[in-house]
Amino acid sequence: MTEETKMQSEHTGSVEEQHVQPGGMSKAEISRRWLLMKIGIAFNGIVGLALAAPIVGYLLSPAKKDRAYKSWVSLGDIEKYPVGQTRLATYVNPWRSPTDGQTDDIACWVRRTGKQKFTVFAINCAHLGCPVRWFPQSRLFMCPCHGGVYYADGSVAAGPPPRGLFKYKHQILNGELQIFAGQMPTLSNTAKLVTTIGPCKGDTPCAG
Amino acid sequence: MRRLKDLKKVYDWVEMRVGFEKPVKEAALHPVPKNTASWWYVFGSAAFTLLMLQVFTGILLALVYVPSAGQAWQSLNFLNHNLTLGWYIRAVHGWGSNFMVAVVLIHMCQVFLFGAYKYPRELTWMVGVILLLLTLGMAFTGQVLRFDQDAYWGLGIGAMITSRVPIIGGQLVHLLLGGPIIGGATLSRFFVMHVFIIPALLLGLAGLHVWMVLKLGINEWPMPGRAVRRETYLEEYHKLTHEDGVPFVPVALWKDIVFSSGVILAVLVCAAIFGPQGPGGIANPTYIHTEPKPDFFFLWIYTSLAFLPPWMETPLLIIGPPIIILALLGLPLVASEGEKSWHRRPVALLTVMLLAVGWGALTDLGTYTPWSPHMNAWSSDTLKPEQVKALSPLERQGAIVFQDKQCRNCHEIDGHGGMRGPALDDVATTMTYSQLIRQVLQGGGNMPAYGKNLSPPEVDAVVAFLETLHKPGQKPAVNESNQWVKQFESKNTAPVPFQAAPPVGNGGNPAPENAAGTAPTSGSPPAPKKPTSVAMSMAPAK
Repeated sequence: MTEETKMQSEHTGSVEEQHVQPGGMSKAEISRRWLLMKIGIAFNGIVGLALAAPIVGYLLSPAKKDRAYKSWVSLGDIEKYPVGQTRLATYVNPWRSPTDGQTDDIACWVRRTGKQKFTVFAINCAHLGCPVRWFPQSRLFMCPCHGGVYYADGSVAAGPPPRGLFKYKHQILNGELQIFAGQMPTLSNTAKLVTTIGPCKGDTPCAG
Repeated sequence: MRRLKDLKKVYDWVEMRVGFEKPVKEAALHPVPKNTASWWYVFGSAAFTLLMLQVFTGILLALVYVPSAGQAWQSLNFLNHNLTLGWYIRAVHGWGSNFMVAVVLIHMCQVFLFGAYKYPRELTWMVGVILLLLTLGMAFTGQVLRFDQDAYWGLGIGAMITSRVPIIGGQLVHLLLGGPIIGGATLSRFFVMHVFIIPALLLGLAGLHVWMVLKLGINEWPMPGRAVRRETYLEEYHKLTHEDGVPFVPVALWKDIVFSSGVILAVLVCAAIFGPQGPGGIANPTYIHTEPKPDFFFLWIYTSLAFLPPWMETPLLIIGPPIIILALLGLPLVASEGEKSWHRRPVALLTVMLLAVGWGALTDLGTYTPWSPHMNAWSSDTLKPEQVKALSPLERQGAIVFQDKQCRNCHEIDGHGGMRGPALDDVATTMTYSQLIRQVLQGGGNMPAYGKNLSPPEVDAVVAFLETLHKPGQKPAVNESNQWVKQFESKNTAPVPFQAAPPVGNGGNPAPENAAGTAPTSGSPPAPKKPTSVAMSMAPAK
């Protein structure tokens, strides 16, 4: 035991006594000791906050408003899509990262019902997001996961989906079909839980 | 001899500085109740051994695996095909995971049925519940790291479930995926979970779990009538271990080590025979010809999601898991005293049996997904020549419509086809001609309406074909009242009084030949032509 620690233990040993008789040098020393401890804790708290704030900001950074992720994407010349048919189209997601591999390639179903009339459905089933397949013979979309089936207009025909297929907002610009896309359509945000889907006006209830 | 002495010197030098000898000896030689040196008490140590195997093989895989969405799949294929024994290490890690989940679940059932969660081991149980969740978390994140199509669409299912959380669902999806879509960031965060966060928690909590088992002593063999009482238990247990106890090493431990090495051997054998799982097709969202499925231990969830009514899904998905977890965590707090023996705990025993049977049934259904259309049945499951040999041209055309319009994706004939709807082998005997027309046009009972998708001649043909689907010798169902209408129309006389109805033949099978007018053998539809015109008017011309 060094001299220093011996002195400390003597001090702590006499704490009781000093507490009974307040005042004097020792009492002041002890409160100073605790004051230093408190300063230390407070300093740690401040540094901790300074450390935590950017970490939290970094971790929460992916949680953005939908608009931050979405932009207009071209699906190509509208003449690629014959009138009266539903075709698979693919596009590269506008929001991407260097390590995405092939996951940036997103598919969607383009239904052309007239010269200028299009409906663009998300590939994801409205139930749990599996890829729906179009069967032109029976004019149905079928999902391979839990038996969701949709009619040609995207409304629910059978199975568990709580709403029709998600639709993208679209426009025709210079003979090109464009959709407003960028994020996986889910039941939250843009898509919302609605049982019938009307024409795409504004953001809701369109997908993407 | 001198070398041995030198070694002892080194040992003493280290021991003087670390001081492990005393606590290790105490832990090894502490007395345990005699009858706990049983083959029932080996699952916990086996789970821990498997955890060590997983850590070890996981590190070996990390030497090659690349946690990038662009290269993960390729690196696994490289492991499988290009590196010496790479496939085997993958297989051991994969089978180790299967065994670990299984052993952890068995361990849990055992300690539950043995009442081991009661006073004073409540916290040990709670930590165990968290260890179970972490183990399942490892299994799920591990399957994501495979980054094949199952993993990709499985993540989609996870995102869709998350999106059902009210208000913040959308933001939670972004946080789960690390962005707006499933991509590189998604795989990276699941890699971090699988390799850093969950293993750290698993190892730390497993250490705490074992520490508490050592501190509180292993649960004694439950005896009917020997109830746990807070006031007396510790004293009783002390007496049990010290008067009728045996040292843990070697009396109990030898069974642990034999079982553990047996389990590891089973993992190695399975890995060598069955090999690694996947990776399946590359995770490319534009390849939509995929039928994603989760790994074995999550099939029951997959099945449940197919059977839940839509209105129940969101509340159950959001509230269900927290309730289950809280119930498991809270169990020792509400039942910390009383009988430990399963002989005196019928509810506990029935609960385990019910859960096991339910889990087994849901998993079994998940292996063949009867709720899902068979996407290729319409083109791959064909009718045999002898099935269409005797058919009329119209009926044959109907058979073509039946295949071409994907009816077979949901309906079985002759044991081939989807199971979403009923098998149609006997449909002619259960539904009348007009009922069939109505069902095809309007759907219902979870069948889409085909009114807009079939032309009237197609409806005519497919129903004519369906009318031929009955066992030889059986007659198609007919609507009695229709026969009367037809009779009335053809004779164009006053309606026949009701009591003059012809007798219904063969025990309620409504097909009296004299009333039917046409012979119901397979040839032409036996029912009157009337309903067809109804069909014509109902089906809009396409």
